[in-house]
Amino acid sequence: MICAPARVDAVMLEARAAALAKRSIKGASKRAGIDLLVSCMDLTTLEGRDSPGRVRALCARAIRPGFAVPSVAAVCLYPSLVSVAREALAGSSVKVASVASAFPSGLAPLEIKVAETLAAVAAGADEIDMVIDRGAFLAGEGARVRAEIVAVRRACDGATLKVILEVGELGSYTTVRRACDLALDAGADFIKTSTGKIASSSTPAVALLMCEAIRDYAARTGRAAGLKLAGGIRTTKGALGYLAIVNETLGTAWLHASRFRIGASSLLDDLLMQLEKERSGAYAGPAYVASA
Amino acid sequence: MSAVLPEFGYSPSLESTAPLQILERYGLFIGGEWIQPAAGGSFATVNPATEEVLAKVAFADATDVDRAVRAARRGYEKYWRKLRPAERAKYIFRIARALTERSRELAVLETLDGGKPIRESRDFDVPQASAHFFYHAGWADKLAWALAGPERVHPLGVVGAIVPWNFPLLIAAWKLAPALACGNTVVLKPAETTPLTALLLAEICAEAELPPGVVNVITGDGRTGAALVEHGGLDKISFTGSTEVGKAIRRETAGKPLRLSLELGGKSALIVYEDAALDQAVEGIVEAIYFNQGHVCCAGSRLLVAESVYEDVVERLRARIATLRHGNPLDKNTDIGAINSRAQRDKIRELVTSGVEEGATLIQASCAFPERGFWFPASFFTNVQPSYRIAREEIFGPVLSVMSFRTPDEAIERANNLPYGLSAGVWSGSGALAMYTAARLAAGVVWCNTFNRFDPSSPFGGYKESGFGREGGLLGLREYLS
Repeated sequence: MICAPARVDAVMLEARAAALAKRSIKGASKRAGIDLLVSCMDLTTLEGRDSPGRVRALCARAIRPGFAVPSVAAVCLYPSLVSVAREALAGSSVKVASVASAFPSGLAPLEIKVAETLAAVAAGADEIDMVIDRGAFLAGEGARVRAEIVAVRRACDGATLKVILEVGELGSYTTVRRACDLALDAGADFIKTSTGKIASSSTPAVALLMCEAIRDYAARTGRAAGLKLAGGIRTTKGALGYLAIVNETLGTAWLHASRFRIGASSLLDDLLMQLEKERSGAYAGPAYVASA
Repeated sequence: MSAVLPEFGYSPSLESTAPLQILERYGLFIGGEWIQPAAGGSFATVNPATEEVLAKVAFADATDVDRAVRAARRGYEKYWRKLRPAERAKYIFRIARALTERSRELAVLETLDGGKPIRESRDFDVPQASAHFFYHAGWADKLAWALAGPERVHPLGVVGAIVPWNFPLLIAAWKLAPALACGNTVVLKPAETTPLTALLLAEICAEAELPPGVVNVITGDGRTGAALVEHGGLDKISFTGSTEVGKAIRRETAGKPLRLSLELGGKSALIVYEDAALDQAVEGIVEAIYFNQGHVCCAGSRLLVAESVYEDVVERLRARIATLRHGNPLDKNTDIGAINSRAQRDKIRELVTSGVEEGATLIQASCAFPERGFWFPASFFTNVQPSYRIAREEIFGPVLSVMSFRTPDEAIERANNLPYGLSAGVWSGSGALAMYTAARLAAGVVWCNTFNRFDPSSPFGGYKESGFGREGGLLGLREYLS
């Protein structure tokens, strides 16, 4: 009986998201939340100057982020570095995620997007983070965007597919909701907020509305898709707020790396510093955390 | 490393009561002094979440009421009416600042005495109360422009302010701030179940060195209120409370030379059209009926949903109320606190039972409550006929009646088909349809795609049996000027 709603209204969406982001998460629940955030993290490096050495350092950190802390869920990088990560992560639980499909713009012929995906999977990627062609979506060519997702989905050959919507370029909450519904219908395993390459990325309101889309889709089809938040999440406090949004919109079944990811590079440092503060009662500072 | 993670949930996060000092016994604040009641009577005020006695409070009888009104008259003649308006403003600014400075204490006290979640008293009641004093302080020396244009205006004299238990501090501020700004003095009578923040407000007035008698606070029950209404020494009565008492006050004061404003009950309608943003409409509905446990005179307690999205909205609402966090009002994560009193809890139970007996389907959040304290879970009814008591009587609790409609005109007609008219809510993606609807609803305030938005500059009040007179803004000032 739950249908996809015709529109999303900013006022109450933002009010609800702000109320959830203000949940008071302290003590034992803060420690549990930090562990959970680490275990759901896609530790990411997507820079032009990425090197095999840098990727190996990232992988070492992904496996053992700190003392008595779970491994992260995955490392996320460019296709040409997948094989390096594959080797560095051998024997660990950490997955290799690769961006593909002309990241970050998504502006390339479909054959190239498919070929890039095939190459990443062949090199050992467990997960593919693709971008949608926002230009086509905004021009009303939803069918084309959908066909591209389906084609990349096929090229994934069993690898987990995360579809990046780049919400900051979509202009309105209603449009973001339509993009969520389209990506889920096309078979996305995860829907993901942002490339992290533009200024406006994840916000509590966007996270809330994406959770609502996933919830409604699960009610309609029985398939539980995941949410990946990426871009602009740098503090423990902010990240715990997102956890509250997922917790109260999708439920505890989504508080697991199989359904929730947080893509970040600098957040891990703050999580570890906050965890140390919870454990020792004192805030030690960045010199005590091995940043990669 | 794949450690088993502890399950994520919210640990208790209790607001500290440390900054707050509650006295064992409170007197009456009359003529700038704390005095004992003439007959020496007192009553207990309890924490509705635990049933523990918080303090003993003086019971004011007719003699005490007379002393308070005389003190207010002296304060008016001797000090307040003679003061330059700009000087009055300074005192009111001082009260506003003190409310902000002591906001933590006030919020905790409001929550302890009334049962509302600390999130609400901290983020709504206290900041709004302070905002009303700031807003009206600014008006004090500009009153000549408050009505039609530059003209001479005068205060009325002594105002009797009787406030209810749902927003004890905030509604006291709604009455005190404009009354004082316009040059009147006040006798304030808080509700018997929630007298403590009004007494703290009296302490703040004393610390602000308000001249004696300008603000007087007398505590008691309905008898005290009746004595104040019958006193004869008042120039104006401003009452917020039940329609029943409002009618009694109007009868009592008929033909007497005093001004009256009443803000009474309601059974406000929420209209959700099929083109509404449904998740946000559900948030609006939750805000409308579950805010402050539904103890809100303008609560949206009748939901009218377009037939085509009725099932969808009911499903979303059912899922949403399951996520509401009921429990200790002092916990910062609590959404629904305690029912204000045993009597109110019993009244809610009685009306909910009548709904079930008349044939409606009850849907409730399932949650475990402590053994002590007064509680009621977030609830709504489906299969409601417009003639059922739950669709016509004010429940004043977290209970909503859900019905469907086909056309906008049917929705409007059904929304208006009650003797009340305090507020209404409309959800639609079409501005034209929302405006068409709003213009035809007989309600003092109509919120579109949101609910419970308040501002000191925006007047609030009712149609029909929801009362008359407005509080807030320019229209609110008129109530205290001649």
